[in-house]
Amino acid sequence: MRRVAVAGVGLTGVGEHWERSLADLYVEAAQRAFDDAGTDEIDALYVSNMGSAVLQRQLHLGAMMADALGKRGIASFSVEAASAGGGVAFHEGVRAVASGLCDCVLVGGVEKMSDALPEEVAMTISMAEDQEYVAYTGVTNYGLCALLQRLYMERFGARADEVAMLAVRGHEHAEGCSHAQYPFKISVDRVLASPMEADPVHSLECSGIGDGAAAVLLKPAEEAGEGVEVASTAVASDVFHLTERPNLLTFDAVRLAADKAYKAAGVCTDDVDVLEVHDDTTITGVISIEDLGFVEKGKGAAFVAEGNTARGGRLPTNTFGGLKARGNPLGATGLYQIAEVALQLGWRAGKCQVPEAKVGMAQSLGGLGSTCAVAILRRT
Amino acid sequence: MRMITVKAVNTVGIVGYGAYIPMGRLKCSEICRVWGGLEAPIEEKAVAAMDEDAVTISVECARYALKRADISPEEIGAIYVGTESKPYAVKPCGTIVAEAIGATPQVTAADYEFACKAGTEAFQTCIGLVSSGMVRYAMAIGADTAQGRPADALEFTVACGGAAYIFGAKSERTIADLEGSYSYVTDTPDFWRRSLEMYPRHGNRFTGEPAYFQHVIGAAKGLMGELGYGPGDFKYAVFHQPNVKFPIKAAKTLGLGMDALKPGFIVPLVGNTYAGSTPLGLAATLDMAAPGDRVLVVSYGSGAGSDAFSFVVKDAIEKGRHLDPPVSTFIGRKRYVDYSIYTKLRGKISR
Amino acid sequence: MSVPRYWREIKHRYRLLGERCVSCGAAFFPPRAVCPRCGSKELEEYKLSEKGQVISWTVIRNPPREYEKYAPYVVALVGLDDGVRILSQVVDVEPEEMKTGMRVEATFRRVKEDGDSGIIEYGYKFRPIIE
Repeated sequence: MRRVAVAGVGLTGVGEHWERSLADLYVEAAQRAFDDAGTDEIDALYVSNMGSAVLQRQLHLGAMMADALGKRGIASFSVEAASAGGGVAFHEGVRAVASGLCDCVLVGGVEKMSDALPEEVAMTISMAEDQEYVAYTGVTNYGLCALLQRLYMERFGARADEVAMLAVRGHEHAEGCSHAQYPFKISVDRVLASPMEADPVHSLECSGIGDGAAAVLLKPAEEAGEGVEVASTAVASDVFHLTERPNLLTFDAVRLAADKAYKAAGVCTDDVDVLEVHDDTTITGVISIEDLGFVEKGKGAAFVAEGNTARGGRLPTNTFGGLKARGNPLGATGLYQIAEVALQLGWRAGKCQVPEAKVGMAQSLGGLGSTCAVAILRRT
Repeated sequence: MRMITVKAVNTVGIVGYGAYIPMGRLKCSEICRVWGGLEAPIEEKAVAAMDEDAVTISVECARYALKRADISPEEIGAIYVGTESKPYAVKPCGTIVAEAIGATPQVTAADYEFACKAGTEAFQTCIGLVSSGMVRYAMAIGADTAQGRPADALEFTVACGGAAYIFGAKSERTIADLEGSYSYVTDTPDFWRRSLEMYPRHGNRFTGEPAYFQHVIGAAKGLMGELGYGPGDFKYAVFHQPNVKFPIKAAKTLGLGMDALKPGFIVPLVGNTYAGSTPLGLAATLDMAAPGDRVLVVSYGSGAGSDAFSFVVKDAIEKGRHLDPPVSTFIGRKRYVDYSIYTKLRGKISR
Repeated sequence: MSVPRYWREIKHRYRLLGERCVSCGAAFFPPRAVCPRCGSKELEEYKLSEKGQVISWTVIRNPPREYEKYAPYVVALVGLDDGVRILSQVVDVEPEEMKTGMRVEATFRRVKEDGDSGIIEYGYKFRPIIE
């Protein structure tokens, strides 16, 4: 299998893009990726999206975006894996190039959540879970995270303010990020004073409703020259029903995908200079950091609260704001993470730069971790 | 020579019973606060939660009855739900109950409507089915979450609750045996609700003598005449309880005192649970009756009619009694709401 | 809600019927076709315990579409007495009264309706045990 390079990246800002459609956003991100790479001659494109069937009543995005880009005739693929879609689509795109079947592939994700009312968005996000026995209880994704947070705090003695720090840190990092949805600091007091979204999760611990698109252009590393290379990607799944998981506070999909990715890349946790984790709520981010192997189970909240995940800390995490402050346009999120890691390793992260970053990891989750996609990139 | 049109059957008994009253309570003083008026006819009444209805209450009662009866649900050959607050105008509550307890598919099921006597109407049918040998066990449920018109006198008393009874052939397993029943029915429009209307209407004082008393006394005297009993033969009596005064007056007219009424007299703290009223009053009585006690049960349903029954309590009552919470537990298990929450819960205001 | 979709789950929801693997004895809810523990396809109908205790709980304050009128409501992860876990609303309780470890029992309640003219969907919820 050949080595694959991330030859270009393109992002739109995350926000309420009332006047832009799904295709408008995808094309904007794609065009920026083409400009960044210096080519638009793709063999195939991937579109990651979660909710368009409900939010826009639109399916068949692969064909739609190929046409929108004027790339009639190429192979086009729609990828859906809830909010892990971006990472899963990236995994597929990398394999297409690594295998030699394609020489130039665009992988993009797009989501427009602001088209629907909040109750409809909550319902759409819940579609990542079993409709008959999980969503049927009326629980939301944030409610499921809340069940985990309560258990985590009771079992490990973590404090609410410790768990909340991941959101605070994300906001610190988002200041100066031109594409972040919420590029401003918030204090931990403000987070804890915010209304309960689903007890004990506060609303300022949850990612918001936003629109956006992110795209990366993949080419064989030989052709792309020096820059950013894909060291490995991995996808794993976990027990679909939370009720059947042997360890409620462990995301097995994260551990499995991380294991595979570290082995394939030949790196370990100490080598990771920058990390983008899936913090749709602070607790999923904390549990992810633990299950990616960076800190012992139960110590993740304290690890974050102590400052280890700040840009100047041991493990710079969510360096452009993460899902909370940069934003979480579901199907696009995984690609925002990957593009951000690529910017870090290309030393093009501007005010958000982690100095001398050489190895970066992006991790995204589908539903409450039933799918996990991990990508490790390296500077060459 | 008076013709006997409905025979007194004495081959049937109650195998199990179950009751349920929702937790919500509205103090009737709240109604006075909102609509004016100084006197509430009862203390407080039971209010169903937003996710409760006549079906869910029926299922609760049916499950409790099954526990006491200690029979397999598949042995039940008929399930009838008597209610005037059917969630579906067309689609029986009975089929949902049957499915919920596992009595399907070999079962007959339907809903009865006869205002507050719909539950005991179902008793009569169950008695007929069991005594004819057509089914081994038959279940009758009276349950309601009926609506009261805001500011109407009936708003003070209309309440939610129910009880279920499983009938089977008399045996040492039956907890109370039927000695006979008597139905007294005429076309008397004292209280009614037209199809698409949310609230009923009634004839005010017309609901007294020509309606409630005519039929309750008629049925009670009819039954006592058939069985050759006088008031002294009954230890307890359960009358339909639309309010505090009517059942006390009916008892007095028939020569029965407050002691006989007391165990089943739940209207002051629960309200009138409509088709659930007489079944619940009987359940409360069975919760404490001793073997050998004779119980007179007389329901009343507007439209109008009364069903009267005489039951004799058996030894087996002590066996299953503790398997379910008694009615008094449901009465004591409460959470108060104010009038504004009450209007939301009852669907009088909605998003 | 599609009528066939609702109808298919009726007995599982109304009567808490899951599956148990004939080979290894593991019990599951909701029902499934293949035992994830041993891979056997021989599964038999299994009635869950109706009582259990609260492992964790939350309060849903921003409900999804169709659940608005019932908010706020409690959702809990319940560990049934037979070892099977179930996710369910907990009713007849105020959020302030909820505690991890609370003993609860199954009850039958309305879950939602398809507007004013569509079907009414029922199912299990749990409540503090009525002694």
